[in-house]
Amino acid sequence: MKDPRIFDMDHADLSWCPGCGDFQILEALKKALAELDIAPDQVVVAAGIGQAAKLPHYMKCHCFNGLHGRALSCATAMKMANPDMLVLAVGGDGDMYGEGGNHFLHTIRRNPNVKNFVHNNGVYGLTKGQASPTSFVGMKTPTSPEGVFSEPINPVALAICLGASFVARAFSGDVEQTKEIMKQAILHKGYALVDIFQPCVSFNKINTFKWYKEHTYYLDGSHDPGDREAALRKAFEAEKMPLGLLYRRERPVFEDHLAPYREHRLPLYRRRRDMKDLETFIRKQYA
Amino acid sequence: MNVPRRGTSDISLVLCGAAGQGVQTVEHLMVRLAKAAGYHVFASSEYMSRVRGGSNSTEIRLGSVPVRGLVDRIDVLVALNGGIRPNIRDRIDEETLVLGDPEELGDEFASLGERFVPVPFLRAAREGGNRVYTNVAAAACLAAVFGMPFAALETYFAERFGAKSPDVVKGNLAVAEKGFALGGDLLRRGVLRVSLGHASPQGERIVLDGSEAVALGALAGGCDFCTGYPMSPATGVLTFLVKNADRFGVAVEQVEDEIAAMNMAVGASYMGALPLCTTSGGGFALMSEGLSLAGIMETPVVVHLAQRPGPATGMATRTEQADLELALYSGHGEFPRVLFAPGTLEEAFSLTRRAFELAARYQTPAIVLTDQYFTNTSYDIPLPDLPDASPDRCLVEAGPEYRRYEESPDGVSPRSVPGFGTGLVGADSHEHDEEAHVYEDFDLRTRMNARRLRKFEGLRREALPPTRIGPEDADILVICWGSTRPIVEEAVASLGRTDTAVLHFAQVWPIAPEAEALLARAKYVFVVEGNATGQLATLLRCETGRRADASVRTWKGLQFSVEEVRRGLADVLDKTVGR
Repeated sequence: MKDPRIFDMDHADLSWCPGCGDFQILEALKKALAELDIAPDQVVVAAGIGQAAKLPHYMKCHCFNGLHGRALSCATAMKMANPDMLVLAVGGDGDMYGEGGNHFLHTIRRNPNVKNFVHNNGVYGLTKGQASPTSFVGMKTPTSPEGVFSEPINPVALAICLGASFVARAFSGDVEQTKEIMKQAILHKGYALVDIFQPCVSFNKINTFKWYKEHTYYLDGSHDPGDREAALRKAFEAEKMPLGLLYRRERPVFEDHLAPYREHRLPLYRRRRDMKDLETFIRKQYA
Repeated sequence: MNVPRRGTSDISLVLCGAAGQGVQTVEHLMVRLAKAAGYHVFASSEYMSRVRGGSNSTEIRLGSVPVRGLVDRIDVLVALNGGIRPNIRDRIDEETLVLGDPEELGDEFASLGERFVPVPFLRAAREGGNRVYTNVAAAACLAAVFGMPFAALETYFAERFGAKSPDVVKGNLAVAEKGFALGGDLLRRGVLRVSLGHASPQGERIVLDGSEAVALGALAGGCDFCTGYPMSPATGVLTFLVKNADRFGVAVEQVEDEIAAMNMAVGASYMGALPLCTTSGGGFALMSEGLSLAGIMETPVVVHLAQRPGPATGMATRTEQADLELALYSGHGEFPRVLFAPGTLEEAFSLTRRAFELAARYQTPAIVLTDQYFTNTSYDIPLPDLPDASPDRCLVEAGPEYRRYEESPDGVSPRSVPGFGTGLVGADSHEHDEEAHVYEDFDLRTRMNARRLRKFEGLRREALPPTRIGPEDADILVICWGSTRPIVEEAVASLGRTDTAVLHFAQVWPIAPEAEALLARAKYVFVVEGNATGQLATLLRCETGRRADASVRTWKGLQFSVEEVRRGLADVLDKTVGR
């Protein structure tokens, strides 16, 4: 157990709007890491672009802020290069489910030990209020003045269908529970999706703090996260949406099966190429 | 008929067959047998974008001295199926001998008269017990014709299929025996008389193709990570690394798209791996945003860009040199990069290795440009030199005060990776401060961008000068880059001019400072390149101020032949230098 303040940045100039759910998610994350006794130099936070994706700049960690939509690709590769480093992929709904949609699908298929925390506020914040892949049908935005036509992605249902090894939903308004779900995700072996409902105080007038309070509930002991069909039914509930661990299964972890890690887990940067062996190989194969 | 024919010293053998008929197997076998028999050998294949049917071909040259260029001349054509395409048919001349089975070919070659020699390959395969092994019958027939011992075939099949499939070895050999007898028969009947002196090559030699040379060079450079999406003609490097991942400890993954491939390479590099992406033009286009990311994050990445004709899907299995400008200008914003374009297999090995070395030292992307012709061409080369020491990742341990992007005179900031020491290691796609945090400040931006671009000066100082083949005081320079080198060399040699030299650029960016003086000294500069717009000529004009006096270009989708370059040069010599 560490003090969450070890993750505080002294001079960070936060560009989130006052009242934004991102603050609570950051707080929950710092607490989750501290309670798991993880230090800043033991975690890489990989992010893409968007308001949520600025998070690694606002906490002490190995900060990797890459391109829009590509955090999961970069994070997967980091595990491929150093399987024992804790790697989080953090971003918003547009980043992970829109621009990065293809990587989202294939990362779930691969099951790297990457923790995917998605700030889902149903709208684009950084670019000022356009529709996102999780915006509700009918939501009016500058790019959908007559209301959004396309149906929203249901990220948790999609993840369960694809066989994700850990699928949970949280609500930023509840820091304690969000922190607990994050801890479970970090302790899980394999890919973990935590889709985090989050109000956007500036641009989303539908999914407000009050709206989330009225339209969510926590799963209790009666839900078996090992039951995929039950998990899927829960994932499709729309009137009141369940929070907590929806689905979990044991699956082999992607990086563990890669050639370099069959005998030991030394990160690639600490390895050396045996040039004599390469020469022997060339001689034998191409003589 | 006598081979080599008068005026030549090597034998050019072309095999045609449908996709699925095993032309590649014949090539693989013939090349290894020829080398074992002491010949210098060259092989290059061209194929259609289809899994079955059509007509593909491979050209094999055998010589007692090294032969490395593609020629139009066909001394012996072996046709395994009918429907020979014009790119082969038009090269049959009055001295070409065609071997084939009338049962398969009908009267396709009737107009050749006695220069078509019926050889019952199908029957040989059937009698050997497996009619799909027509290719083996043909290969064994050729082995006999060129004086290779049957024992070499036994060794070949045993090594290729090994103890795991003794039945496959037996099946192949049963057919090979029949085919070998057909070859013996051709010699006895005097259909072919082969008089090719055996070579005595100096030192240990190996035989490999362009994909293998790139992949082995990557391993020699320390490559331990590879992501790719299958795309002709770049897939060979990916499959090579998958196949050998265990032995060399390489993390390899076939990914969902090239966007992921490049972003994964950057993520892996950030963690200290030495990554390679292998792709062709279309895939590389998708990688360009990620390449720009590597530029600003200063993560070493190496790309193998195997060119094929564009735009868009272009000609999927054909060749072109039209992505020089794509490679040079890809990625938004300004950042230093290195581009190599190996002209020989030796260079493919050494320059891919160097690409890794420079990428690590200068923390920036390096691109190795090959093409379909190059990746599918093989010949014998000396065993490459390998250093004893494992490649240097150029990393420092991060202390508590470590900052990733410190100011430095040469622009290179000491680089660490997460986990190496206790310091935090950042990376940011935005313009950033020394700790890699996004911070908008115009002075900072000016400083950071200037520092990154300062690395270019070091890269330019270290750039490989172009290779001159021919007299130092030549008035005429024939310039080429990438895969065309041996072809242009052979074409220029065949012109027999003492005033002409070849100048080959194996590094096409940065252009070595020496190039300017070399070009300025020449009275005439001709540029030979496999594209329509003269991309190297344009670049050289920008970089050296010297405009090419004439060009020889092709963009039909096939590599230049020696004869084609010779004709092209003779024509421009006529028009410019005069006789």
